[in-house]
Amino acid sequence: MPQRELAGDPLARAHLHAVPGGDDGGATGREGHVLIDMPERTEAEDPLRAGLRAAVGDPSHDSPGPGDRPGRGRALWSSAWPKLTAVAMALVVWELVVLSGWRPEYVLPGPGAVLGRLWTDLLAGDIGVAAAITMKRAVIGYAIALVAGVSLGLVLARVKVLRTAAGSLLTGLQTMPSVAWFPLAILLFQLSEAAILAVVVLGAAPSIAIGLLTSTDQVPPLLVRAGKVMGARGFALYRHIIIPAALPGFVAGLKQGWAFAWRSLMAGELLVIIGHAPSIGVRLQFSRELSDAEGLLAWMLVVMLLGVLVDGLVFGALERKIREGRGLTAEHA
Amino acid sequence: MSAVLPHAPLSVLSPSPAPVALRLDGVTKRHGAGGDAVVALDTMSFAVKKGEFVCVVGASGCGKSTMLNLVAGLDTPSAGKVTVAGERPALMFQESALFPWLSVEENVAFPLQMQGLSRKARAARVAELLHLVHLDKFAKRRPHELSGGMKQRVALARALAQQAELLLMDEPFAALDAMMRDHLHSELETLWQKTGLTVVFVTHNVREAVRLGDRVLLLSSRPGRLVAEYQVDLDRPRRIESPEVARLARTITDRLLEAARAAA
Repeated sequence: MPQRELAGDPLARAHLHAVPGGDDGGATGREGHVLIDMPERTEAEDPLRAGLRAAVGDPSHDSPGPGDRPGRGRALWSSAWPKLTAVAMALVVWELVVLSGWRPEYVLPGPGAVLGRLWTDLLAGDIGVAAAITMKRAVIGYAIALVAGVSLGLVLARVKVLRTAAGSLLTGLQTMPSVAWFPLAILLFQLSEAAILAVVVLGAAPSIAIGLLTSTDQVPPLLVRAGKVMGARGFALYRHIIIPAALPGFVAGLKQGWAFAWRSLMAGELLVIIGHAPSIGVRLQFSRELSDAEGLLAWMLVVMLLGVLVDGLVFGALERKIREGRGLTAEHA
Repeated sequence: MSAVLPHAPLSVLSPSPAPVALRLDGVTKRHGAGGDAVVALDTMSFAVKKGEFVCVVGASGCGKSTMLNLVAGLDTPSAGKVTVAGERPALMFQESALFPWLSVEENVAFPLQMQGLSRKARAARVAELLHLVHLDKFAKRRPHELSGGMKQRVALARALAQQAELLLMDEPFAALDAMMRDHLHSELETLWQKTGLTVVFVTHNVREAVRLGDRVLLLSSRPGRLVAEYQVDLDRPRRIESPEVARLARTITDRLLEAARAAA
């Protein structure tokens, strides 16, 4: 095949004729874009490219990259100040309501008194002890829910008949307020850790299973096709294509599962009082019985803070990492 | 063509027939069953020689994608036989279909990983392939950081990594602007000449087909049938806007329109 032995380099020829205007409408105004895509060659070889490089700028500096991002400290501050401002405004509104005299201060204390109480309880170690008891339950319950939810999700994803049969049941489970399970859980397990854990699992597992199902449904068929063509079949297809492709949706399901677990746990700790374990729920309940409004509000803040912390530090960070790696984050998100 | 016909007489004295990379023998594909069945491909027969660059053109509904799926082994024919030389063919799509969770080099390494190559062997081969498509500097980038043209070059490197003898391309440049397409035509042509690959390139752009192909196959629509084939005896490298390319493209386009009218 002598016609394949070429004297010149077709690449150079192609872009020599392509760059100066060309005869295609689409070519105008795209010089910068095209330069990025041109193969690297020395400017001695290609004076036209050198001229364009001088006119448009070096494309290697135009392409996006980690080096272009603002400093870590600045990024942290730019995401922190709106949140801090919002918290400050909420505190101001709270103080204004108290100052208006709508309720006496022994029923609705101001933020100063409550934050002071939070601080003394924290120093006394009460909050640490209660948070440890509650978080232990949360972690155990969530771990069981994770295993149950993932197993259920995988089985339903694999077996179409089961999915048709159990799909709507699962949605029903998810929408059912978990507090409604407690009377039954108490009948079955008495006032025990098991009753609380059962409801936490029932609250979180359906969300995790549904997250897994919808995220595997949304895996682009093209990626599956590409994987198959390159030899990924059976288990390898799941391991290398479907699971990583489904990960963002799955993490969203995990996060929602956590929110449900945390709610169920708080409801459980209020309803199922176990005397020897002074959990956050128990402390809330005692504060109410003792008409200790300051303590009550301080413990409510603990519940909120813990929920936000876990959501942000664990699931938020996980989600951000995945999304950033795939370019799914909006600018300045 | 007689050399690739199954019943061609094979004389001891005549030169041995060119080895065949792909052969379709009376391949028919029906989608659905019974009265609702749609014939996507109708008794299609052709052969592609080793190292040949064949372009397939046709209007939408001519069964181009069905044919590629059959050749890639993603689907099985309702009748007839598909024979492919060597291992599973590589396939490139209109979209890059890169895995967004992997870096450029990990994407290119993927088929090698599926073949069970060691990490070290993979790294060496990936560096070689990225050099071939001029993307050495972008090995650590993620697909979302690349332009459309660069993504398609990564996809090409990934397809080449498969070491297949046959490369199937499903309108790989259709989503790119005209200038980038010209550029990638040259790059693909060079790579094909360097590697001696067999390429089956599906497109609806007749000029592109004439620009690239040794041979252009023309398919009709509904059902997909092979209606004509053209040998492109123009010197390489060709230019898509050259009068010779334009002339043959016009002939093929006229035949394509005629086939479309006959089908309507």
